Amino acid sequence: MNSNHFITNPIPVRFLHRCGPPCRWGSVVALVLLAGCDDSWNNPHGEDPGAGAVLYASFSDRPQFMDPARSYTSTAYGFIQQVYEPPLAYHYLKRPYELVPLSAARMPEVRFLDERGDELPPGVPAEEAAYTEYLIDIQPGILYQPHSALARREDGGYRYHDLTEADLESVNVLLDFPHTGSRELVAEDFVYQIKRLADPRRHCPIAGIIAEYIEGFAEFQAHIQNTEGVPMDLRGLSMSGVESLSRYRYRVRLKGTYPQFIYWLAMPFFAPMPWEADVFHEQPGMAQRNLTLHWYPIGTGPYMLTENNPNLRMVLERNPNFRGEPYPSEGEPGDAGEGFLDDQGRIMPFVDRAVFSLEKENIPRWSKFLQGYYDLSGIGSDSFDQAIEYGGGGEVGLTDEMEEKGIALRTAVDLTVYYMGFNMLDPVVGGYGERSRLLRRAISIAVDYEENISIFTNGRGIPAQGPLPPQIFGVHEGEAGINPYVYRWEDGRAVRRGIEEARELMRRAGYQNGIDQETGKPLVLYYEAVGAGPDAKASLNWLRKQFAKLDIQLVIRATDYNRFRAKMRKGTGQIFQWGWHADYPDPENFLFLLYGPNAQVDTNGPNSANYKNPEYDALFSQMKNIPNGERRQQIIDEMLDILRRDAPWAWGFHPVSYILSHQWVHNNKPTTMSYNTLKYRRIDTESRAAEIREWNRPTVWPVWAGLGALALLILPALVGFLRRERERGR
Amino acid sequence: MIAYIIRRALYAIPILIGVNLLTFMLFFVVNSPEEVARLHLGDKYTTQEQVEAWKQEHGYDKPLLYNPEAGGLEQLTDTIFYTKSVRLFVFDFGNSDSGRNIGHDIRQRMWPSLAIAVPSLLLGLLLNATLALMLAFFRATYLDVGGVVLCVVLMSISSLFYIIGGQYLVGKLLQLVPISGYDTGFEAVKFLILPVVIGVIYGIGSGTRWYRTLFLEEISKDYVRTARAKGLSEQWVLFRHVLRNALIPILTGVVVILPLLFMGSLITESFFGIPGLGSYTIDAIQRQDFSIVRAMVFLGTVLYILGLLLTDISYTLADPRIRLR
Repeated sequence: MNSNHFITNPIPVRFLHRCGPPCRWGSVVALVLLAGCDDSWNNPHGEDPGAGAVLYASFSDRPQFMDPARSYTSTAYGFIQQVYEPPLAYHYLKRPYELVPLSAARMPEVRFLDERGDELPPGVPAEEAAYTEYLIDIQPGILYQPHSALARREDGGYRYHDLTEADLESVNVLLDFPHTGSRELVAEDFVYQIKRLADPRRHCPIAGIIAEYIEGFAEFQAHIQNTEGVPMDLRGLSMSGVESLSRYRYRVRLKGTYPQFIYWLAMPFFAPMPWEADVFHEQPGMAQRNLTLHWYPIGTGPYMLTENNPNLRMVLERNPNFRGEPYPSEGEPGDAGEGFLDDQGRIMPFVDRAVFSLEKENIPRWSKFLQGYYDLSGIGSDSFDQAIEYGGGGEVGLTDEMEEKGIALRTAVDLTVYYMGFNMLDPVVGGYGERSRLLRRAISIAVDYEENISIFTNGRGIPAQGPLPPQIFGVHEGEAGINPYVYRWEDGRAVRRGIEEARELMRRAGYQNGIDQETGKPLVLYYEAVGAGPDAKASLNWLRKQFAKLDIQLVIRATDYNRFRAKMRKGTGQIFQWGWHADYPDPENFLFLLYGPNAQVDTNGPNSANYKNPEYDALFSQMKNIPNGERRQQIIDEMLDILRRDAPWAWGFHPVSYILSHQWVHNNKPTTMSYNTLKYRRIDTESRAAEIREWNRPTVWPVWAGLGALALLILPALVGFLRRERERGR
Repeated sequence: MIAYIIRRALYAIPILIGVNLLTFMLFFVVNSPEEVARLHLGDKYTTQEQVEAWKQEHGYDKPLLYNPEAGGLEQLTDTIFYTKSVRLFVFDFGNSDSGRNIGHDIRQRMWPSLAIAVPSLLLGLLLNATLALMLAFFRATYLDVGGVVLCVVLMSISSLFYIIGGQYLVGKLLQLVPISGYDTGFEAVKFLILPVVIGVIYGIGSGTRWYRTLFLEEISKDYVRTARAKGLSEQWVLFRHVLRNALIPILTGVVVILPLLFMGSLITESFFGIPGLGSYTIDAIQRQDFSIVRAMVFLGTVLYILGLLLTDISYTLADPRIRLR
């Protein structure tokens, strides 16, 4: 604590001059206790907000795994994508999303091979290839962050690779190792990481899907599984499909073709890992001290994790070995006007340190953002009205309070779909006959997602017209992009069809007025609800009302998530809601959610509706292997037509993220595909310090007024006490 | 007394086994090992082989409570319940299902919990006893009636209101302390002021009313009348006689919760961003991390039993007439 700061604070000093000695000493004690190192007593960061290029933000869920072979959550990616650098990344500014080299020197060279391993002659369609090879060149001269796993002795040996229990006695965190080291990134590190993905002991969540494509991956898995005592350091084992060709070049060979593989190369799963990290962390005694790769990432990226206390704070600091990277010089139209190109060509990162504090509750998080102590914030539903207002035409804007503070709002449609699915194996809502198809389409019209978005997400969403979110190849703008079974195009916008049309569909399906014409019984449907507590009650009531528009009785079958998943796997649910967030911005990653061979009941795949349409499946097989272009668009259009006609989902909505940032935060373009955004951000620290001082002037007089009032209350009691004592004395 | 303590320690063993068994059954009634594995591995591309490998690595591939395929004693010992429970009795909590060392986490997280709980308890005790003595002294006066009414009002308000209101008033409007957060060393003080003050104020209503009742009961006893008849001052009577004799029930209430102070407070820690143990168990339940749940329930039970034992021992210190046999 630096006391000089509060002495220079004009407010407390002025106050100190006015009060008497007891009050003054009280104030001094209070100030010592209350003041941080800054002029603002309520500064939670304990450091001057103008002192350095530090970004302050919050997080609400603790990341569980930070090993890039295991990590697969947005929470963890928010941290590790600042540290690990896969070969490719998404362009920060361009939309639709576009891949660019990151640790790779250039985009991978793709070769299509025949059965013998010879390159296909020109003109032969890629779909006929027996193998596809990705040749990846990495940038020379990239260095790892300083890390104890890479520290060497004078004789060249690794300093901390043969630790004994005695060596670890005083070690609790990584910083307790006094020495660090680094080395150059080599192609073998990428190969080593792919072997780690195949190691069953690492529990890589994508190992199953990758094993289908990378040659030798499944065999590598089986070898480790069936062999006793395979060391965690996998250098001694080889995988036939992955090979380091030189110090800076490696090769990945896939079975057949899988064009989407290139997107996986932009995910941390394929980031390089030095073998030294495994040797270091797997030593006896390290795991007992929580010194694991899940806790201490080691990468080549612009930042390194220097404090990992997910119960309190995570701190990323600039990696002193980072090579530097120029800020993009082109973006999408409008970016220049928004100021996103102001820093073009400047070497990143701009922020020296980023402090992420755990905030589990919305109220303190929001209050601290308004005080200026967090640079960025989302908007919780309880603070939505304070932040956002809609104009007469429905346009989104900030309230006057936010405008006065200079807060900026950015929005982005997430590459996510929340949908209501029908189990196609169910005898009532499922099946491919006209009756169930009409029933599903009637329900799709009746369940008013515009209303749902308005009530339950404060308007932060757009109704889905199919499984594909906007900004994904295959989606049409305007009238051509609507689902004609649910919407009409009127006055230049999509309008949901009327409930009378849905009732007519019900009549045609044999459920006039909600009565099954075959049995004469009311139509009762069942909805599998995950959680039916007070929080969910409103939305479940709303859902009942949507079905009631068609005179359908909806029975809510409340369940916990475990049982819900079990029902989905067994195919015993009837109607349910679920969601999907894209792994990569390709239509295949959404359309495969309805691909027959992915049916959840059969293969535990992601097709939770168990939708199987041979025509659709054949088109999917064609679509997934061809590049974006007219032919692919045509196939996707046909696929969407089939899906909209069959309606295995009521298409739900795509959520829209609202991100607020203070005026001193620059280059804050929202992105929902990549998380390595910290290096692009720039903070105007002088402006921040001035605003925080202005917004956070302590008000002390109510404290003294309160104490005075307390004294006034106690005084009569004291007088009474003394009087009684005197009376007793007589 | 030693024999008494040993006997109580032995009584604790069946209690701990019972609580452990109950926790185990409650947990696995809701979650099967299969579902636990799937939750840890993720939903998207998990294969059955991966689920089986995870279960094997984490010891969830055995039968829950009884292994009919094993022979002899192994029918009971080669089960998830036995293998997950037996080490607890030597306080070896092992690793969480996500691989973290639980003992290490507990040791790290209990200090922030104590940093709030101990000052809140001590200050609350001091303030409540003082206020209760004052109300007892002014019994049946406007001060007593007003004080009791105020206590009832304070008791009737939800703790969340104190927290949110306190954060709004002191942190946001008056800007005196940070709304939430935590730091180590002396820097922690500014973060602790608000939760401690709120904790103390929240406890005033119930604490003062309870202590007042205890003091009034003592005040009406013959020895107090005798002390007054001897001409002792009211101060002397209150502090020397009444307070001391009312200590036994106060100790009962305070000592029993002393060990539980380690466990922290979920709501307070959550709203104030204190990295304590308060949310450790809840987070583990949400993540379906049985290893942490069983460890924390076991620890809570041990601490509660310890609290009761300490209470018994404290009786002998407060009242020389009491002997533990």
